[in-house]
Amino acid sequence: MGKIGLIIKREYLSRVRKRSFIIMTILGPLIMGALMIVPVWMASVNTSMKKIAVLDEAHFVEGLLQENDDVKFVYTRQPLQKAISELEASEYYALLHIPKFEDNDINHLQQQIKLYSAKQVSLTLKLFIRTQIEKQIERLKLQSQGVDQDLVDNVKKTVNVPLDVIQLGDKKESDVEVSTALGFFGGILIYMFIFLFGAQVMRGVIEEKTSRIVEVIISSVKPFQLMMGKIIGIALVGLTQFLLWVILTGSIYTIFMATVVKDKFSTDNIERIMQQSPEGTSVENIDQLRETQQIVQRVGMINWGLMIPCFIFYFLGGYLLYGAIFAAIGGAVDSEADTQQFMLPISAPLIFSFVMAQTVLNDPNGNLAIWLSMIPFTSPIIMMVRLPFGVHYLELIASMVLLIGGFIFTTWGAGKIYRTGLLMYGKRPTWREIFRWMRY
Amino acid sequence: MSRPLLEAKSVTKRYDNYTALNDVSVAVERGKILGLLGPNGAGKTSLIRIINQITAPDSGEVLFDGKPLNPEHVARIGYLPEERGLYRKMEVGEQCMYLAQLKGLDARDAKQKLRYWFEKFEIQGWWNKKVEELSKGMAQKVQFVVTVLHEPELLIFDEPFTGFDPVNANLIRDEILELNRKGATLIFSTHRMETVETLCDTIVLIHKSRKILDGSLADIRKQFRTQTYRIVFNGNLVPFTNALWAGAELIDKNQVDSQCEVTLRLLGNNTINNVLTAVLPVCEIVSVNEIIPSMNDVFINMVQSNNENAESWEK
Repeated sequence: MGKIGLIIKREYLSRVRKRSFIIMTILGPLIMGALMIVPVWMASVNTSMKKIAVLDEAHFVEGLLQENDDVKFVYTRQPLQKAISELEASEYYALLHIPKFEDNDINHLQQQIKLYSAKQVSLTLKLFIRTQIEKQIERLKLQSQGVDQDLVDNVKKTVNVPLDVIQLGDKKESDVEVSTALGFFGGILIYMFIFLFGAQVMRGVIEEKTSRIVEVIISSVKPFQLMMGKIIGIALVGLTQFLLWVILTGSIYTIFMATVVKDKFSTDNIERIMQQSPEGTSVENIDQLRETQQIVQRVGMINWGLMIPCFIFYFLGGYLLYGAIFAAIGGAVDSEADTQQFMLPISAPLIFSFVMAQTVLNDPNGNLAIWLSMIPFTSPIIMMVRLPFGVHYLELIASMVLLIGGFIFTTWGAGKIYRTGLLMYGKRPTWREIFRWMRY
Repeated sequence: MSRPLLEAKSVTKRYDNYTALNDVSVAVERGKILGLLGPNGAGKTSLIRIINQITAPDSGEVLFDGKPLNPEHVARIGYLPEERGLYRKMEVGEQCMYLAQLKGLDARDAKQKLRYWFEKFEIQGWWNKKVEELSKGMAQKVQFVVTVLHEPELLIFDEPFTGFDPVNANLIRDEILELNRKGATLIFSTHRMETVETLCDTIVLIHKSRKILDGSLADIRKQFRTQTYRIVFNGNLVPFTNALWAGAELIDKNQVDSQCEVTLRLLGNNTINNVLTAVLPVCEIVSVNEIIPSMNDVFINMVQSNNENAESWEK
């Protein structure tokens, strides 16, 4: 094994064996998995059923309000004052009061409907009850105009325009929602990885300087070998972590899809719900199901064969570009506290591309997007954002070549700064000195 | 004369705003011990870094075993820098293996040699300890082991004894001399003269990036002789002084009972024999010693006279 191989091995093993690496590797997918599962799980677990007393003096909702697993309506005839005074001691969570219907004035009536409760009424509950009443008011209004409710429901049920976008050129269906989410996610991941592992390079270099082992090592290997060994070793740590995350998250996702989501969003199930749908089954519910099903299908349609290699390329390219600069900073200073003044200019393009990601998402093939995906300092993040929307292969190649050129350049410059800075102790260099070191 | 193991020829190294080495030439014979002396900031470490190929000279060249320095020579040189340390979070054994392999040893060789040294220093129990668990002295021992492990032909020590307690310093010193007896060539870089006087065969004195003195220790001492002698005799001081007359100048005198001790400097072309011939009739000589300047005196003398020269040049 060459010397650089030895360095890579040490940098890799010393990090992978750390407890923090193992914890992060396990925790990462768990957190991601939790983000996907917990909301669904919470919704299904939350079974505390709420009974709502309904005092319908207008007699127009009785028996018509739609119930669900969490909310039941119980109709009462008690006088309002008595019902209110007994509410706290009763089994009812809240009291819905619809006053007498006067002068055929529906608009006046809807202002008078009140919900009484001794407890905190959640927004979800309020919205649910409101939707139910609004539906009945709607029915009332349609009736007064002589329109048949069933007709309206039927029309609503059959209107559903997915608006598939067919992109000319590669003739593939693309889905804006999924692309946006994926682009954004890819961008964030690259941003996180560059910062996380770039900072590790810097800390590693500073550690070598402060422990004073650096001169011992560079009497055996060239500083450039030490720098590259460190950068590559940490890149492998990053890839390992990423791969483990993909595998773990993938397994969690697959299990989750197979057990929880599959039944709920399968085509059969949607058909069944639609067929069985009793009078008044909420149309939105079915739409929602269908939309989710479409998203699940479209995620499968993404060109993963292009996305994953590109992700790895841009992660490595971006990381190498910035990693070299981080190494140079580490070499130039004595302690982490001194890194502040150099960190800002380095982080600026990264943060800038992260902020610009939003703009690029709105216009993924605009001029700004194209330029930012060419400049090596911003291209790793911006190109990942653009990729799911489809990028011309010439642009992709140009961007990749520029990125390779970019990291060769920063590595070369950083190598010089690093070499000179390594053996300087005691004083914090100025920007001018650092630029001078590049000429040695 | 045999070919020197290491030869630096007219080495010059410039940084932006100052010259670290100015036309410095140094040679060290195989099996000898060279002392590289100079005040702080004189350029010693710059020269050593060039020998270790950490930096390259701007002009001049360095020959190792007759050939210009190349990366393969790294395995034949052992270097203990002044700024030294180990990875604090790494285990001792693993770290030694790593550093040994960087020097070009293969894993099996490295392990075998490490076992020998660990047994010799009775530190086998440290193999699985992290460096941060060791005391400073313990870590220095480990550091020494990794410096000499690959059995280099040339060993370079930059201020080797700083940071060692006296017991360990002696231990390390004995080990270094043992290596020298087995054939290793040594370079000590130091500003501590005791080291030089007891260890070195030849010295090179660097001051303000220039070499201002070199040669064997004995020659340099001879060169810096001040013709000063201490004579102890039984007899009277007055006839002794009279007998000296113009042959020597009396610097110091001290009489205890009938025994006198005088320090004198020879004048003109007189030798100590002339002086003794002159005084023999009037006293009984007990002992005669030449007062040899210590390296410390030589060092200070050279550095100061150089400073004066530099000043006069500036004027």
